[in-house]
Amino acid sequence: MLRIDCPVCGIRDHSEFSYGEDASITYPELSNTDRQAWYEAVFLRDNPRGLHLERWHHVQGCRQWLIVARDTLTHDISSVTLAHPKAASQLKAPRKLTKGNAGKASSASKTAMSKNAANGVAS
Amino acid sequence: MKRYSAFSIIKNGLAGHKHWERAWRDPKPKKAYDVIIIGGGGHGLATAYYLAKNHGITNVAVLEKGWLGGGNAGRNTTIVRSNYFREGNTAFYEHSLKLWEGLSQDLNYNVMFSQRGHLNLYFTPAQRDALARRYNTMRLNGIDGDWLTRDQVRKMVPHLNYAEDARYEIMGGYLQKRAGTARHDAVNWGFARAASNLGVDIIQQCEVTDFITKAGRIVGVNTTKGEIRAEKVGMAVAGSTSLLAHKAGLGNLPIESHKLQAFVSEPLKPFLDTVVVYANGHGHFYISQSDKGGMVFGGNIDGYNSYAQKGNLPIYTDVASCAMNIMPALGRIKVLRQWAGIMDMSMDGSPFISKTKIPGLYLNAGWCYGGFKATPGSGWCFAHTIAHDAPHEINKLLTLDRFEAGIHIDESGHGPFPKAH
Repeated sequence: MLRIDCPVCGIRDHSEFSYGEDASITYPELSNTDRQAWYEAVFLRDNPRGLHLERWHHVQGCRQWLIVARDTLTHDISSVTLAHPKAASQLKAPRKLTKGNAGKASSASKTAMSKNAANGVAS
Repeated sequence: MKRYSAFSIIKNGLAGHKHWERAWRDPKPKKAYDVIIIGGGGHGLATAYYLAKNHGITNVAVLEKGWLGGGNAGRNTTIVRSNYFREGNTAFYEHSLKLWEGLSQDLNYNVMFSQRGHLNLYFTPAQRDALARRYNTMRLNGIDGDWLTRDQVRKMVPHLNYAEDARYEIMGGYLQKRAGTARHDAVNWGFARAASNLGVDIIQQCEVTDFITKAGRIVGVNTTKGEIRAEKVGMAVAGSTSLLAHKAGLGNLPIESHKLQAFVSEPLKPFLDTVVVYANGHGHFYISQSDKGGMVFGGNIDGYNSYAQKGNLPIYTDVASCAMNIMPALGRIKVLRQWAGIMDMSMDGSPFISKTKIPGLYLNAGWCYGGFKATPGSGWCFAHTIAHDAPHEINKLLTLDRFEAGIHIDESGHGPFPKAH
């Protein structure tokens, strides 16, 4: 699992996100009618083995688009920033997972797991 | 080369299997060849074999940075089929399937091609219609395909989930009887042995580090084993295509590298004698049973650019839930191994067997996750393209510049989003 540190929601599993592909591409202006410029932006990719700028959409979280810098070989994530900081600033009091919360959540899920395990043995 | 036969097995068996000759030579690279093929996977080896066999070009080197079949050729789910819809793919994959049908005899190597059928399930009327369209098109193109009702599917594979309350109720299926599976390693070894026998030099542990050009033409490559010259160089390096293309000066390609996982279970007694597949809103799943008994299965790609040959857990979960959806009997089976390969995901989901803008440089790439079934056809067409400096009728649409021309071959209709193909 990739763990993406969403600036709004905190560290989350990548299964909460939708991959938005290469973020290093600069699309031409909509008024630009140059065929070659559009061809290159839409179809051609640098496809690096190493640092890759990419978009992730936090679909099951704050629904913000993020720009993530990730190594495609090691999967190490070196930075996560908001693609649209102005839009994000309009969000009401973002709920961050603080250390206290995270601890509670994990101890709660541990209890649930041990209950399930006990049920499994009993059945 | 001594031919393999029933007699040779008995003879060598009686002698304790101590006198088999090695299957292919292990030569030192020469200074120059007529053709260099980069990549000693199935496609590269098949290309070398057909260059020698069909076109009489035997002064060929296959350069492999690791060992034969260490990439995607050894990391697939071994399914062979030709149930394609779009012009450009139909004739190509059918040609490949026909080559599979005679491959063991042709190579004198048992590639264990088993035409056990490929059953594509549908669960909704919309899926039925989409599959009917595809299979009717196949039949019009002379490719076999049969429509099965739910009862016929049930008779064929009785242990799928036919429960009335199944999350997705099986309505029926489409069957390609001539499709099936083959032994992936045997395909590599068979092509390597047959190519080597025709004079092809297979050089392992030899990584291409750079290309040598003269007046814009390819004249050779630099490798970790020194400079090797050739007027024609073909690339068949799925997964690493973009990296080499940049070195060659081809610039950015319409390709992203993604990883695809596959899984194999502990061996079971005979359980499934066909390939079962489905793709619906819930997921994408394909499963067959290997001759050793392991259930071999897989699903979608992981969904983000990656060069790491290791899988990630969400797809593992998806695939397991897909398995439980149609084959609940697998619930207590242990997964023995899981692996991932790096796919060239192209912008329309279809491959390239193509000339490039650099004279003398040819490209075989973009196989997404359908490269294994294409192995013989890909080699056959790529060899023709290299030998004649022009594509064969069968691969003339699989060009690298088709996006520039607006001629996409988009089977799934997902558009230029490699993660979706």
